[in-house]
This record gives sequence, C-alpha cells and structure tokens, in this order.
Amino acid sequence: MFYREAGDFKTSYKDDNQTFPIRLDRAGYWVALAVAFLIIPFFVNDYWVNAVFAPFFIYAIAALGLNILTGYAGQVSLGTGGFMAVGAYACYKLMVAFPEVSIVFHVLIAGGITAVVGVAFGLPSLRIKGFYLAVATLASQFFLVWLFNKVPWFYNYSASGQINAPERSVLGVIVTGPNTDAWAKYLICLVFLVGLAWVARNLTRGMMGRKWMGIRDMDIAAEIIGVNPLMAKMTAFAASSFFVGVAGALFFSVYLGAAEAGESFGITKSFLILFMIIIGGLGSIFGSFAGAAFMVLMPVLLKNVLVGMMGWPTDLAAHLEFMIVGGLIVFFLIVEPHGLAQLWRLTKDKLRLWPFPH
Amino acid sequence: MSEQLLFAAEVTLNGLMAGVLYALVALGFVLIFKASGIFNYAQGVMALFAAMTLVGVQQGQIPFSHLINAIFGTEIHHFPWHVPSIIAIIAAAGVMVGFAWIVERYILKHLVGQPDIILFMATIGLAYFMEGFGDLMWGSELKTLDVGLPQGLNETVLDATDKLFGYGFFLDNLDIVATLIAALLVAALTIFSQYSKQGRALRAVADDHSAALSVGISLRFIWVLVWSIAGFVALVAGIMWGAKSGVQFSLSLIALKALPVLMLGGFTSIPGAIIGGLIIGVGEQLFEFAIGPLIGGATQNWFAYVLALIFLVFRPQGLFGEKIIERV
Amino acid sequence: MSLDMNADSYVTADGRTIGPVVMDLKNITLRFGGVVAIKDISFDIREGEIRAIIGPNGAGKSSMLNVISGFYKPQEGEVWFRGTKRPPMKPFQVARQGLARTFQNIALFDGMTVLDNIMTGRLNHMTANMFQQAIWKGKAEKEELANREVCEKVIDFLEIQHIRKTPVGRLPYGLKKRVELARALAAEPSLLLLDEPMAGMNVEEKEDMSRFILDMNDEFGTTIALIEHDMGVVMDLSDRVVVMDYGKKIGDGTPEEVRNNQDVIDAYLGVAHD
Repeated sequence: MFYREAGDFKTSYKDDNQTFPIRLDRAGYWVALAVAFLIIPFFVNDYWVNAVFAPFFIYAIAALGLNILTGYAGQVSLGTGGFMAVGAYACYKLMVAFPEVSIVFHVLIAGGITAVVGVAFGLPSLRIKGFYLAVATLASQFFLVWLFNKVPWFYNYSASGQINAPERSVLGVIVTGPNTDAWAKYLICLVFLVGLAWVARNLTRGMMGRKWMGIRDMDIAAEIIGVNPLMAKMTAFAASSFFVGVAGALFFSVYLGAAEAGESFGITKSFLILFMIIIGGLGSIFGSFAGAAFMVLMPVLLKNVLVGMMGWPTDLAAHLEFMIVGGLIVFFLIVEPHGLAQLWRLTKDKLRLWPFPH
Repeated sequence: MSEQLLFAAEVTLNGLMAGVLYALVALGFVLIFKASGIFNYAQGVMALFAAMTLVGVQQGQIPFSHLINAIFGTEIHHFPWHVPSIIAIIAAAGVMVGFAWIVERYILKHLVGQPDIILFMATIGLAYFMEGFGDLMWGSELKTLDVGLPQGLNETVLDATDKLFGYGFFLDNLDIVATLIAALLVAALTIFSQYSKQGRALRAVADDHSAALSVGISLRFIWVLVWSIAGFVALVAGIMWGAKSGVQFSLSLIALKALPVLMLGGFTSIPGAIIGGLIIGVGEQLFEFAIGPLIGGATQNWFAYVLALIFLVFRPQGLFGEKIIERV
Repeated sequence: MSLDMNADSYVTADGRTIGPVVMDLKNITLRFGGVVAIKDISFDIREGEIRAIIGPNGAGKSSMLNVISGFYKPQEGEVWFRGTKRPPMKPFQVARQGLARTFQNIALFDGMTVLDNIMTGRLNHMTANMFQQAIWKGKAEKEELANREVCEKVIDFLEIQHIRKTPVGRLPYGLKKRVELARALAAEPSLLLLDEPMAGMNVEEKEDMSRFILDMNDEFGTTIALIEHDMGVVMDLSDRVVVMDYGKKIGDGTPEEVRNNQDVIDAYLGVAHD
C-alpha cells in the first residue's frame, strides 16, 4: 500500500539506471546509512562491536569480494581464507615498515597486493573450469597458509609465529591495538564497507559486470560476441581479491589485533565466506550483506540461547551449531537456491501490489 | 646400492601405500560423481561418521549420551556390553545405507535439476551437519579403533630386505593389509559396475540421466545404491585411517587429500582415481624427503594441490577424464 | 537478372546498392580429426547484401559460420576481410573487427535481463577501464547512458520494449531468438551472421523475423550472412545463395540460378541411381 511505484515515473535513462529505482527504497537506504553513521556509534559497546558489528562489516566486505568472483563471474573459489591471509600479512608488513603512513593506505595497498596474488593464482582459470577450478583454488589456500607459517620474514621472526597489530590512528583516533575504542573500531570498518559496497555496485552495474556475467552464463558465447576471457577473468580475480585482501587486513589489524595464518585464515574461513554468499544470494550485493549478517548473528544467537539460557556445555552447543548451520544451508538450497536476496525481492514484489494483487 | 637410494625406495613404498588409501577415498567421490554428477564434499565426513559409528557400536556407547546428560543431568555413557567387530562393521554399514536413503529422500530428491554448484554446496552443508551430528551422537573425543587388523612393523619385509640390500625396509603391517583390502575393493567395484545389472544401470545413469529414466531405470534407486556404495567405501577408508591414527575430527580431512587425486585422475575415472592416488602418495613423500628440509618441511599440506594444479594447466580434464568438447 | 556481379557495386531490382566484397573466403578446408567438415570452399560476401548458406543437415553450414566468426580455425585456406588477409585471431578479436552473430541453439546470458543482454552487444563500443567503472561518475556513466540509447533504438526496432527488464531465462523461445538478434544488432556490425534465425518458429514468427531481417538490411544497410532451412524464406530474402552438401560447395549464385542448378536439385530431391 505504502510501498509502491505507481506515480514514480522515470523520465531519463539515468533515473531508470539508479540503484534503488523505487522511492521508498531510496528513503530506506538513506535512513539506514544515517542510523549506522550518526546514531549507533554513540551506543555501541565492546561486546556488540566485537561479537556483531566488526565481524559483520568485515565479512560483508569479504563476501562482496567472493560474490564478484563466484556470483558474478562464475568462478568458484575455495581460497578466500588464503587471500585474506595475504591481506593481513601485507598489512602487517606495511604497518611495521612504514609507521608514519596512515593505516588507511596500508589497508588499501594490502588489498592491491592481494589483487596481484589473486591474479597469479587465477591464471589457471583460463584452462581449468568448474569443479576442477574450485579444487585448484584450494592449492592457493593451502600453499599461502603454509608460506605464512614457514617463512619467518612474514611474521618478522616473532617467537610465537604470530603477527601483532601495532597501535595506529586515523585523524588522531586510535583504530588498532588494544586501546581502541569500540566506536572507532565500528566506524572504520563501516567506512570501508560502505565505500567498497559502492565500488562493488558500480563495477557490477556496468559493462565490467556484464562481461563477468557473460563469462558466467555462457563463456563461449561471451567470447564470440567480443569478451576477452583472459581480461574478464583476471579483472574478476583482481577485484575480488582486492576486496578479500582489504577484509583480511581489517580482520587482522582492527578486529583480531593478533593473528596466525593457519588458525585465523584456514580453510574453514573459505567455507564460511562461501556459505555467506550462498545463503545471501549469488550475484547480489544485498545478498552479500544478508549472508554475512546471517552467518555472524546465528552463532551468537545460538550460543546465547544454548549456553546462556539453557546452560549447555559449550562443546555441545558448538556441535549443535555445526548441525544447524549445515542443516540450514541444505534447507536454503532446497527452498530458495537464490538465497536471502531472492526472498527479499519476492517479498518486495508482493508488497508492491499489496493489498490489491490483481 | 647407496644408502640414500635405498632410503628413497623405502619412502616410495610408503608413499605408494598412503596413495592406495587416498585412492580409496577418491573412489567414493568418483562413484557419486559418475552416477549423479554431484561432487560430494561430505565423503571425508562420511568416513569419519562411519568410523565413529563403528567404534560406538563396538564399545556399546549410548548414542547422544552427552546431550542426554546435559539436558536431564544424568550420568549415562555405555551399555554394559561389547559388540564383536564383525557385527559392529555390519551395523555401521547398515547405518551408512540408511544414511544414503535419507540423503536421497530428503536432499537429492529436492535438488534434481539444480546447477552443479548448488549440489556441491549442499554436500558441504551435509558435511557440516554430519560432523555436528556425529559429534553429538558419539562424542568428539579421540577414539581408538581396533577391529583386529595387524599392527606394527612387518618383520618379514624387514628381514628380507636386510638380507638382500643390507638395509631393512620399515613397512607397517596395517599399510600392507590396507593396500590389499583396497585393491580387493577396487576389483570388486569394477566387476560390479561392468558385469551386474545394477552396474550397467549405473553406467547408463552416469551417461545420461533422462535417457536412463526413459528406458525404465529408477534414478532414485540408483542414487540410493551409489550413495550406499560410497558409504561402504567410506567405512572401509574410515577403518583403515582410524586404525592407523585414531578416530577424530582430523579423519574427515582425508577428503581434502583425495581432491587433488581427483583432479589428477579425472573426476569420472575409476582407474584415474587409483593411479592419481598412487602418484600423489609417492610424489608428496618424495618431495618432502628431497626438497622439504630445504624449505621448512610440512610440504604435504600443499604439494598435492600444486602438483595437480600445474598438471591441469596442461591437461584440463585430468589423466583419464573425459575430454571436454566445446561447441556452440 | 542482367546484373554485372563482378563490378565493384551494383543496384538490385528493388533499388538497394550492393557494394564491394567485404568478406572473401578462399579455399577453406576444415577437418576434425579425420572428418572433413568443409572441403575447399570459396565464396564472398558483398557489402549490403543478404547472403544465404543453405544445404542439407550436416553439410557443414554451421562450421562455415564458425570459421567466419573465428571459433574454428580452418586447416587450409584464407579469410580476407575488407581487403586484408585475416591473421590467426581469437573469436573476441574477430568480434572487435565488426562481426556479430546469433547462434543456432540460442546463446543468451540467462542470468541477465533482456536489456543487459542487449547492452553486452555494445561492449566493443565502450572503453571505460576498470577504475573509471569503479568510480562510475564521469566516463563510465556517460558511456553507459549513451549506449543505452542505442540499445533502446534496437529494442524499439525489434518491438521488445515490454520485456526490457525481464530475465532472459524466463522468456519463450521465439522472444529469445529476437533478443539474440537484438544483441547482435546492437553491436552495429559491419557483417551480421545469423545461424538459423527461424529454426523452430511458426509461420507468423517466421514472417516477423523475415521482416526484421529485411528491415535491418534496408534501414541500417547491414550486411547479413544467414543459414536457413526454409527454402521459401531463403529464396525470398537473399540476394545470393551458397549451397553446400557434404562439406563441398555445389552451387553459388542468385536464387534463380541456384534453383535451376542440377547439382542442387539432386542434393535436395535425391537422384535415382540406375
């Protein structure tokens, strides 16, 4: 009734091309941004940032990245954890080597370095397709983690084999290290997320996105109508790895503070991100957000209910969590293979016509 | 012969035996992939679950005892009996058949016609579910699996090689037995798929689902059958690995070892799985032996993958996979 | 017809100007292993004409089209385009030279909307790089809007306005064929290849499609090479016809000439072996 498009005429192709073509969506988007930037920062505490917001924002960035590669360009990757590790270790080396440069640049350059590594590991995708490629990306996962564990230069020869984020600040506010305020952590992650989500939207709405989707839907036809498969795949790997690298850098420097490759960026991380985009929706920006939120919130909720309220031992709760995550994934795939994003779209389509569907 | 060379030969032999076990796990993948086009990531967890069930039944564990204790505050753990190995194995096999039926009934049936990637994801979900379910049912602690397989060093080989070369080869009895059993299993499967009626139906399904349906083959029966066989292969693999290094979570990671084997051998080829397994088993042992010490060791984690990756760049369909013909 | 077809250009009976040779195929031979799909075939395509390739099933027509569009590399022979010999090229490079095509079994991008599919036809006309696209404002946006206008013209021309935002996967067969044509047309190709544009259509749809092909040729002056089975359609539409059988060329000329060619009649009606 209130959610409608009647009377919302488009008079130019520019209007027709905008991200939120329906007026109410547009309003909702600005309200959400305003709440996220202007209201929440005043109320967040450590628990909420560490348990919910920071992981949600960072995983959402990683999910956007993987969604570019898998959802848009159709190249399944199981190496996300390894590429996050590249971002994290690159960021660490930069932070230590150039303490006078702002951490924001470190994070972005770490993303750039990850993009280069991503392209290198993406090269075989020209020859290898489908499951063979998915399994091949595991090579990058295992090799990179091994590399960061075995070559001491990467962790500056620290005795523990860990990397620890030194204290750095942006505009005079501490954003890394143990003295970081909850709201600063929250805001820096949010800024990166909003900026990168905008970039992801731009990349996927134009010709770049169409080339990726062309390769995904029918690679031979795409090549015959003029898509250079090498360029399309490599740009997808580069863009995707950039996002994932930034996520890894933030995950280490802002969220964890200390990291060890095998533990923080193991294969389970790769699967986690993959689940996010599956549950959220392949080839959808909104889906990346929804999936990340779901996979972050659900364990928190389960833990609160099972351990907090029912007093179960944590290991039993963890086993049950595994069951529920697995079960939900299967359930989602059966009920709605296109994920939460599709459910959201369907709901909106119904709402547009409500209450007079005929 | 020089000491180094003999040592390398021993490493190779051990690699071959590890390779047989990789091949065994890979075989489970190939069976399911051929019959239903599903890349079953849960194969490793199936092996873990089968082994857990076997140990649980054998030792008379009460299923879900931890959960029951947590909810009702009871202190129950075991039934007051032990079950003979052979019956426990049969029971575990029965559970895997039941599992195959459930998978077909509640998952596959609803996912027919979905893109491959969706099916693959579903098996990852299934793997997570089974892992949690198995831990909840039998507990997540390390269990020892003993079904009476011979353990320890093989003295005969040690003595024989010592006499022959003046250098005794260390071979594990268990490895030798595992190799024999795996070889038997492969032979049995090959005969089954080539000469039995169900085997022919299975190959028909693998070739073309709808054509198989139209000549009256029950797809659902074939799927249950093939998942049951895969479950049985998983059980055998679970017994071998479980007897070797105990039953716990890490057992499910053998699936990750089997993946490069598949890439190397081709997803659709049974001989490919076996030869791929042997190549990777030997390759990673030799690489670790020769190059490992120079670059920090523990290269087994990635060597197989990188080898498979490089190989695939030159031959994208693997050693024995079907050549992909592109047309428009 | 009293036309001098060897001249640089001539005017057809209905007043269209046919220009010089655009695409010249010289002694093309294509083998798959031991199977010879195309055997020593030569023919040319002139600017502004509608050129048909016909022949029974398995005659090698689609293979011929695939050679032209660079998907198959012939073992022997040369492809000359606009007066220069074409070096070995990837299909996407061929597309950049101004070739566009449709496919026998529709090759649309099912996950994208009709509009996005048609926009992919414009990809060789858009040059914004990845960074410009990431920023969007500026070159990328301007380019997008300008090319959108071209696509909208094509959409109007082919009368598919109502399905603009529909995902292609949901469309019926006939409309998919039309969208595929739109994608090829949006590229503003100098040579358009149509692989059985009317396969599987009913009479009405065939009439529509014929009208579109003629209009395209007429309004935009697009050079068209097409494969078709429906003899009536071919004879009505095309200026010149190549007839293939078992990978060999058995006839080449105006529809009249081809219709009276004994080899062609034999191939189509069969010969009594006595």
